[in-house]
Amino acid sequence: MELDFGSEFDAFRHEVREFIKANWPPADGKLKSHENERAFVLAAIERGYMHRNIPKAYGGSEQPADIVKAEIIREELTKARAPSGRIPGNGLVVGTLLEWGTEAQKRGFIPATLRGDIVWAQGFSEPNAGSDLASLRTKGELSSDGAKWIINGQKIWTTGAHNATHMFMLVRTEPDAPKHQGISYLLIDIRQPGVVVRPLTQMTRQKEFNEVFFDNAETPSDMIVGERGQGWSVTRSTLKSERSGISTMTWSLSMFRDLVKLAKEVELDGQPAIKNLRIREELAAIEGQLMSLTYSTYRATSHDVHGRDIGSFQTMPKIYMTELAGRISKLARDIVENDFVDMGGERLKWIERFMISLSMSIAGGTSNIQRNVIAERSLGLPRDKSQGASA
Amino acid sequence: MNFLLSEDQLALVDSVKGLLRDMCDPLRVHKIFDMPGEAVFDVELWVALCEMGVPAIMVPEAHGGLGLELVDLAIVAEALGDAVAPVPFFGHVLATLAITLGGSDEQKAKWLPRLASGEVLGTVALCEGKNGWLADEWTLTHSGLSGVKTLVPHASEADLIVVGTTEGLALVEKGASYTTARVDSADRTRPVDTVTFAGVAAELLPEGADVATRIIDAAAVLLSADSFGGAEHCVSMSVEYAKIREQYGQAIAGFQGLRYQLVAMALATEPARGLYWYAAHAWDKIPQKASHAASQAKAHLTDTYLQVTRDTVEAHGGIGFTWEHDTHLYMKRAMLNWAWLGSPSRHRLRAADMAGW
Repeated sequence: MELDFGSEFDAFRHEVREFIKANWPPADGKLKSHENERAFVLAAIERGYMHRNIPKAYGGSEQPADIVKAEIIREELTKARAPSGRIPGNGLVVGTLLEWGTEAQKRGFIPATLRGDIVWAQGFSEPNAGSDLASLRTKGELSSDGAKWIINGQKIWTTGAHNATHMFMLVRTEPDAPKHQGISYLLIDIRQPGVVVRPLTQMTRQKEFNEVFFDNAETPSDMIVGERGQGWSVTRSTLKSERSGISTMTWSLSMFRDLVKLAKEVELDGQPAIKNLRIREELAAIEGQLMSLTYSTYRATSHDVHGRDIGSFQTMPKIYMTELAGRISKLARDIVENDFVDMGGERLKWIERFMISLSMSIAGGTSNIQRNVIAERSLGLPRDKSQGASA
Repeated sequence: MNFLLSEDQLALVDSVKGLLRDMCDPLRVHKIFDMPGEAVFDVELWVALCEMGVPAIMVPEAHGGLGLELVDLAIVAEALGDAVAPVPFFGHVLATLAITLGGSDEQKAKWLPRLASGEVLGTVALCEGKNGWLADEWTLTHSGLSGVKTLVPHASEADLIVVGTTEGLALVEKGASYTTARVDSADRTRPVDTVTFAGVAAELLPEGADVATRIIDAAAVLLSADSFGGAEHCVSMSVEYAKIREQYGQAIAGFQGLRYQLVAMALATEPARGLYWYAAHAWDKIPQKASHAASQAKAHLTDTYLQVTRDTVEAHGGIGFTWEHDTHLYMKRAMLNWAWLGSPSRHRLRAADMAGW
C-alpha cells in the first residue's frame, strides 16, 4: 500500500516542472493576458500536457490515457498557478463530438473550442424538463427545403449562455416517437436574432445561468450530431477521460483549510473559535468525513489505474461532497454569528458558500437523483419504475 | 498510485473469510452468544485462526511470525467484524504487538513464539475508571502493582496481561495476585473483565513508555476495521432483506422512503473504508500522522457503525428487534467498539490537539 505516485513518475514530474518554469509566468509578467494564456496552453498541448485524450488532427496532444500523469500535470500547474487549460464554457461537447461527430464537425469545432474561439453553453433543461429531462418540448423542425433546422421553445438554467457563442442542445424532432426516441442533438450559433438570452439572478446575487428563448432560430441541417431521434443516446455516452475525482476532492480540502483558518481568526466568547469545544469537535468530525472522501478517492484512483473494480464508492463522491460542503458552511455560520447576515461585510464569501453548497445538491443531477443512482447501481436495488428511464 | 491491497493481502483476507464461512456462520455465533452463564469465546474457531497464523501476522519472522504490518492485521479485523466472530483476537494481538515493540530480547524470545502460535493467550489492561484510556491518565505503578483496570478483554482466560502503568507497559502472568470479574457486557462476542491487582511485581517492558501510544493507536485502527466490517455487513443485510420482504404486494425495496434510508447507510459506511485504510497505513509508514489518523478513524468508524446498526433494526422492522435475529449481535458489538478506548467525542478532541488546532 502506497500513497505517492511511485518513483517511476519522478522523472515525468521533473519534466513537467521544468516545462512550466520555462513558460510561466510569462516574460512580460502579465498573468491575466489572454494572449499569454493562449501561448502557454498551445505550448503545453505541443508537449503533450493538455487535452491529452484529443487527437492531434483536432488540436489535442493525443497521448495514451494515464490518470497518474494527468494528475501530476494538474498538481504542477496548480502549484505554479499556471493556466489549467480548462476549456472556457461547457467543454462536455468536445467528448460528444469525438464520439459522435462527423469529420467536418470535429474539424470545424474542436480546435476552435480548445483555443477558446468558440464558447459553448449546454441547452438541456427546460422549465418542465428537469430531472425528467427526456420530457423536453423545445421543437426542431427541418425547413421545407431540408437546408436548416427551425427551433422554437425555451431552455433554462443555461450556465454561461450570456458569454457563449454556441450551444449544444437537445430538441424534439420526432414528436410522434416515444419520448426517449424523439430527441435530436443539435449545434447552433446563438448569436442570431431568433435567440434571446435572459440572465437569471441567483439567490447569491450572482448571475451565472440564464433562460434562453428560441423563436424560429436556425441552424444548418448538417449541425445534427448523430442521427435524428438519437439525441438521448448521444448525451448518455460518456467519453473515457482522465478524470480521477482527485480534483473535486482537492476542492473540498481547500474549503476545509479556509474553515480552519476562519476558526482560528474569529473570536468566540473571548478566545479563538477553534478553542471552543463544540466548534473544535465539529471541526474534527468534518475532518473525519473529509479524510474518508480523500482516501477513498485515492483508493478508487488506484483501483482505476490497476484495472480493478472500484465497487460501490463509484456513485458516491458527488452527494458525499454536497453534504460535506453543507456541513462546512454551517459550521462557518456558527463561527461568524452576526456577520452571517451582512452581505456587505467581510464574511460574504461564507454567506455565498452557505447558499452555493445548496446549488451542488441541484446542478448536474439532484441529490435525490444521485440517491436513485446509488440505490440501483451500487446497492443493486430493483429499478424504481416510477422513475422512468433507469438512473 | 498504489493505495490498494496487494495480491498477498487479498489472499490473506480470502482465506480468513473462507474459514469464517465454514466455522462462524450466524447460527454458531448465536449459540456462543447464548451460552448460559458468563460470556465465553469460541475455542474451536480461535484454534483454527491460530493455526492459520492470524496471531502471528505482526510477529517478527525471527520469533515464529509472519513479519507483516498493521494493514494486514486490520483487514483481518474487518473480516472478523463482518462475521461478529466471538474470539479473543483483539486483546491478544495488542498484547503481542506490545511485546514485539517494547519487549527485551529475553521477553520476546520467551513470549512471542507462544503468542504467535496461540499456545499462550494474551490481553491488554489499559483503562482506569470510567474513561481513563490514554497513557497520561494511568495512575497504577508497576512495582507492587495494585488497583483496578476496567474493560479488559478476556482477562479471565488470559495467560498474560500487558498492563498500562505510569512507567509504561508491564507484564503480569496468570497466577499472580489479581482477581477478575466478568462484566455483564451487552457484547457477548468479546467478553470484558474488571481486573483488580493486589500487589503484583509486574515486569516492565523496557521500551514500554514509548510503545504505549503506539498500542493505543493500533487498538484504534483495529476497532475501526472491525467497525467497518460490521457496518458493511449491516448494509448488505438490510439491502438483501428489502429485496425479499414483501408488503402491499411488492418487495419493500421498491419504496423510495426505505431506498433512501438504505442509501444513507451505504453512504455513511462505504467511504469510511478509505479512512481506516489510511489510519492503518499511517501507523505503518507515516508515524508523525499515526495518532491523528487513528483517532479520526476510531471516532468516525465507531460512531458510524453504531448508527448503522440502529438503522439496520429500523430497516428490518419487528424481526430486527428480536433476540433471534442477527441485528442485535452487531449493535452490541458496535456498542463495545464505541466505548472501548474512549468515545468518538474524546477521540475527535484528541485529533484536534494532534492537528495543532
